[in-house]
Amino acid sequence: MNLTLFLLALFDGIAYAALVFIVAVGLTLIFGVMRILNVAHGSLYAMGAYLTASLTTFVLAAGLPPIFAFPCMLVSAILIGVVLGGPLEWLLLRRIYHKPEVLQLLVTFAIFMILEDVQRLIWGTQPIFQSTALQLMGNVRAFSVNYTVYQLILLPIVAITLLIGLRFFLRRTVAGKLILATTEDREAAQAIGIDADKVFLLTFIVGAGLAGLGGALASPTTSILPGIGADMIVLSFAVVATAGLGQIEGAALTALLIGLGRSFAVYVWPETQVLVPYLIMVAVLLVRPEGLFGSPAARKI
Amino acid sequence: MQVLLTLALAKGIAVMGITVLLRSGQVSFGHALFFAIAAYGGAFTLMLMPGADLIVVFLLGLIAATLSGVLVGLFVARYRFIFFAMLNLAFSMIFWSILEKFYHYTGGADGMRLPRPTVLWIEMERGTYELFMFYLSLAMAVGLGWFSMRWLESPTGQLFRTIKTNETRLQYLGMSPQRVMMNGYVLSAMLCGTGGILMGLVQGVVTPEYAYWIRSGEMVFIAVLGGAGSVPGALVGAAIYEIVRTYASAFAGDVWQMVLGIFLLIIILFAPGGIAGIYNTLMDRIAGTKERGE
Repeated sequence: MNLTLFLLALFDGIAYAALVFIVAVGLTLIFGVMRILNVAHGSLYAMGAYLTASLTTFVLAAGLPPIFAFPCMLVSAILIGVVLGGPLEWLLLRRIYHKPEVLQLLVTFAIFMILEDVQRLIWGTQPIFQSTALQLMGNVRAFSVNYTVYQLILLPIVAITLLIGLRFFLRRTVAGKLILATTEDREAAQAIGIDADKVFLLTFIVGAGLAGLGGALASPTTSILPGIGADMIVLSFAVVATAGLGQIEGAALTALLIGLGRSFAVYVWPETQVLVPYLIMVAVLLVRPEGLFGSPAARKI
Repeated sequence: MQVLLTLALAKGIAVMGITVLLRSGQVSFGHALFFAIAAYGGAFTLMLMPGADLIVVFLLGLIAATLSGVLVGLFVARYRFIFFAMLNLAFSMIFWSILEKFYHYTGGADGMRLPRPTVLWIEMERGTYELFMFYLSLAMAVGLGWFSMRWLESPTGQLFRTIKTNETRLQYLGMSPQRVMMNGYVLSAMLCGTGGILMGLVQGVVTPEYAYWIRSGEMVFIAVLGGAGSVPGALVGAAIYEIVRTYASAFAGDVWQMVLGIFLLIIILFAPGGIAGIYNTLMDRIAGTKERGE
């Protein structure tokens, strides 16, 4: 492997890790607060991607300049969070918080099955490609390699901003502190007058919006086709589980680890591309079942 | 109709594997893995040993599923709930991508053919073979169903069910929950494998779709439809599911998963007992009216 290939693999890995982190952080946030693993998270990601592509095509067809591709991403993410995520929590998930964990998993899995077909009904099975945003930002020459500005600079910046922003939001703002308090002890939080229902709704909307944002940002870099949601939920679960469920900062590191592992596999032994993330997860979980950054749960007897 | 019922029975046997796991409170989103491994095991047997007998194909497929059940089980038996479900899903996705990527060996998305084998070294016509497979599946379904129910009532099975009610107490009894879980996991892998190899032999072809998450989801759906944890419910559920699917796919083929998802939600939210639960309620009600009538 020469330097050029090494750099390409490195850049691929960083760009991919940034995307996976954005999706995975939503998953881990929802889990941390609501103790529910949202299997439908992958569908929200896919729908974010589809919506952005359609919206961008529509805006461009309306004669607006290509720069409007970026607001389209933000709009899609917010739409996914509010229009899709909000009702999901409000109408369905709210009914199952007291049910056994198996049923919670089954409910989100059912939502996943429904949303997969909804995508196919709306956008069909043909791959969709809309890379205006990618082309608009052009290429950059880093060391001896040409790489797109979008993937090498924009995506990591968004991911890092998100990480810092989320940390600030949770630790420094009132809404964030309410979320943390509810996570710590739901009953005690309710006893001091926190509206736990509202906190859960807000968390789910933010988490779903992050999945949508991940999809929106991914849409210019890849062709969107059925099945990307299933791939993404398994991959982001791998990231989240390797980090330890509910660990936001840890998810950033493991996303990088898994992203780099995957991109180097692409250049060294392409067939194993899909395997590497899971091998990393399996290796970590064998040694530390609670994840790299998780702490062992206290046993209740 | 006969082939349809054979397929339903094969699927029902696989669903029994999920049902057994549900009795310990765990759900797996990746049991299609063992379904596919058994079917591919059978296909490889027929490829490497042309003219192999049904018994050989069946046993080798089952052994493949059992061995992989032991290997995967050694890893996942330590986990519960979310981790258990998702790790199983991850394993099945890995196997699925191997099937798709290494197409020199597995035929990629086109899959592999399973030519009709001899039965006890007797050549069979298509019609006779299908009839034979139907009775074989029926016998297997009844036999394995009976065995699973007996197993769940056996001391090992009772311990297995304790994982759902109180795992800590199991440890206090001096048992290793991992080992108990492992027993049940291998049994469920064998059941799924039996279903998979039967399915492959009847259809005559295996594709990577056998291992895809949609297949796993379908199995979980049928298990919940039949009644979570009810072994006869798994078979009845599979039969109803296959029949409805065959006739409904004409006008609901595009939205089939959506229909499944909606039904799954309805069952979980309004009829958590599934078909077995509804049947029991009905029986109780009939018994109740009789008592009042007397």
